[in-house]
Amino acid sequence: MDSSLLFNITTIAYFAAMVVFIVYLTSKNDAIAFGATLICWVGFIANTGAIGMRWYEAYAMGYEQAPLSNLYESVVFFAWSILLIYLLFDLKYKQRAIGAFVIPFAFAGMIWAQWSLDATIAPLVPALQSNWLTYHVITCFLGYAAFALACGVSIMYLIKIGKEEKAAEESPAGGILGMFPSTKVLDDLNYKAIMVGFPMLTLGIITGAAWANYAWGTYWSWDPKETWSLIVWFIYAAFLHARFTRGWVGRRAAWLSIFGFAATIFCYLGVNLVLSGLHSYGG
Amino acid sequence: MSKQQNFEDRLWDFFCSLKLAIITLILLALTSIIGTVIQQNKSPQEYMEMYGISESTYKALDAMQFFDMYHSYWFLSLMGIFAVNLICCSIKRLPRIIKVVREPVLKADDGLFRTFSNREEIVTEGTVESVCDKIVSVIGQKFAKPVINDEDGKSYLFAQKGAYSRFGVYVTHTSILIIFIGAMIGNVLGFKAYVNITEGQSINSIWIRGAQVPTPIDFEVRNDDFKVEFYEGGGRPKEYTSDLVILENGQEVLKKTIEVNHPLTYKGLTFYQSSYGTTGDPVYSFRVKNRATGETVEVVGPQGKRLSLPGGAALIPMGYAPDYQNFGPAAQANIVAGNQQNGSPFLVFKNYPQFDERRGGDFGVTLLDVQQVYYTGLQVAKDPGVWVVWLGCLLLVAGSCGAFFLSHRRIWVTIQPLEKGIGVKLGGNAHRNQPAFALFFDELKKDLDDALSS
Repeated sequence: MDSSLLFNITTIAYFAAMVVFIVYLTSKNDAIAFGATLICWVGFIANTGAIGMRWYEAYAMGYEQAPLSNLYESVVFFAWSILLIYLLFDLKYKQRAIGAFVIPFAFAGMIWAQWSLDATIAPLVPALQSNWLTYHVITCFLGYAAFALACGVSIMYLIKIGKEEKAAEESPAGGILGMFPSTKVLDDLNYKAIMVGFPMLTLGIITGAAWANYAWGTYWSWDPKETWSLIVWFIYAAFLHARFTRGWVGRRAAWLSIFGFAATIFCYLGVNLVLSGLHSYGG
Repeated sequence: MSKQQNFEDRLWDFFCSLKLAIITLILLALTSIIGTVIQQNKSPQEYMEMYGISESTYKALDAMQFFDMYHSYWFLSLMGIFAVNLICCSIKRLPRIIKVVREPVLKADDGLFRTFSNREEIVTEGTVESVCDKIVSVIGQKFAKPVINDEDGKSYLFAQKGAYSRFGVYVTHTSILIIFIGAMIGNVLGFKAYVNITEGQSINSIWIRGAQVPTPIDFEVRNDDFKVEFYEGGGRPKEYTSDLVILENGQEVLKKTIEVNHPLTYKGLTFYQSSYGTTGDPVYSFRVKNRATGETVEVVGPQGKRLSLPGGAALIPMGYAPDYQNFGPAAQANIVAGNQQNGSPFLVFKNYPQFDERRGGDFGVTLLDVQQVYYTGLQVAKDPGVWVVWLGCLLLVAGSCGAFFLSHRRIWVTIQPLEKGIGVKLGGNAHRNQPAFALFFDELKKDLDDALSS
């Protein structure tokens, strides 16, 4: 068995989980939701195994490096992080319906990595040979993953509150929306996810700064990647303060969370594809 | 509150407001984008070429400091407002928080009990003292040791946990100000510089960025050796290292091999391995065999020099590649006979000594070695503020974890004699994460019921 087979299993599992979650929303059968969660676990275990295998394969090639060295590896790690955060939230809050809005992010990552990214294991250039790489990438991606979950939940919130306000006089929201958690729970989950993501992003920025200081003697140089991570930080800091301000809760908070995740994705991918800077992912 | 506030009060309220914080954060996020789209700190010519703008457009944008926006007056002003907002918020709210933590309400009256979302009333038997003892032991075990106040035949209990988590927010806010202070110290007292040192040579001055002349430093740095290693089968560098020696008055005081991610610090200056290059001509050594006589000689010399061979011919080293098309080190050489001006240049490989056999000619040439003199490129930084920044970062992480994941939980109990039996009022609250506290409160109720009925 090699890592590519396990990555295929991961992608298929995430696709299946996504479809089954959507079926659950229409069928309202709890057994189906349980099945979808089980598939998530299978995918997560395969994803973990695949990353582990890839680590081993790099060692066998003589490269002592964690499997976080290029865009391909970072995308599959992003998918893994999303599943980790999702499954932890599932264990704690047991809101099955949000899987339909969170797993698609992980599936999108996996399918993009497998279809169009270069999976070659390449050795690291000297600047990236540092333990800080591991700390920096892990903290950043756990943060990104929590923001992905917050974004999915916010989309659900906006869909549900729009329909609820329209149908307020008639009857409580039925159909697919009936399976959504209440807007209060969605709002709370949004906040809880960002409460996990924000300290992680903070740690990610700090470990990045510490590393930059070790490698170049500057902890902050307003490189586009650094600046975008700070932009993301500003947006979520605004979100956290919005929670305590009248007029900023509910819809606006949900939109801030969605903008925050859009900025996160631009920070992660857009900066490398559109702008120039220090984070080249080794090509 | 009167509507006719004076200007000072309104200014104070403005700088204390949470709305200002949100708007400042969003403005900081939006304006920061500019500097990631427009490349920063380029020359006027580069801007006019890159973006195809006229000189007048350039001047207008330059006047608005768009080309060094993170140090512009408007961006720094925004940061300043952010800092003032942080300070004012803390000054306004901190005294109340200190009072809540240091002078807790020890005796809850009925009015306070009505405000609790978690409350319970139990009627039990015994005396106030015996009931109080039981409750103190349960709360002490399951939560925290309560403070007991007896008054008018009633007993009042108060217990709390995580009171200091109330300060998490303020630690976080202060840490941001500390990071700002650290950055300012670095900007005023520190600098960034660079220096190149050729192998075997030493320097006692460095080039501060943007300066026209080098700046002397009060010690010497010598580069004993520079090495670069490549990954197999490709030009990707694996690592490069410099053996640096610090000298004071000609005496060696410190030796360290530095590489990328492993700098050397001495007297507040840190030297980072940043780049490398070659300097001067490489020196070649070849083994040359006279194919007719079988006689072998070794010749050594720099590029371009005629290295004489027995019999009047000469070998001229012409060029060098550290890794020629993945075949490793290669040299281009030429052999000219005594009376000839031009031969035909050929390639020899260090890793493939037999390669030249196929060429034919009077001499068989093997490349033994090429010595290239390298210089090491070092970044030099002095930043006395960096430890202040790290302290700020540490507090930022600790403060935000405290603010997000801990909560101040309080429990009040009043025990009083009733006409029949003893009445127990139990109430509690948490300033964050109420659902978790509600679960805990239900558990506590059960434990108290069990203890009181036993």
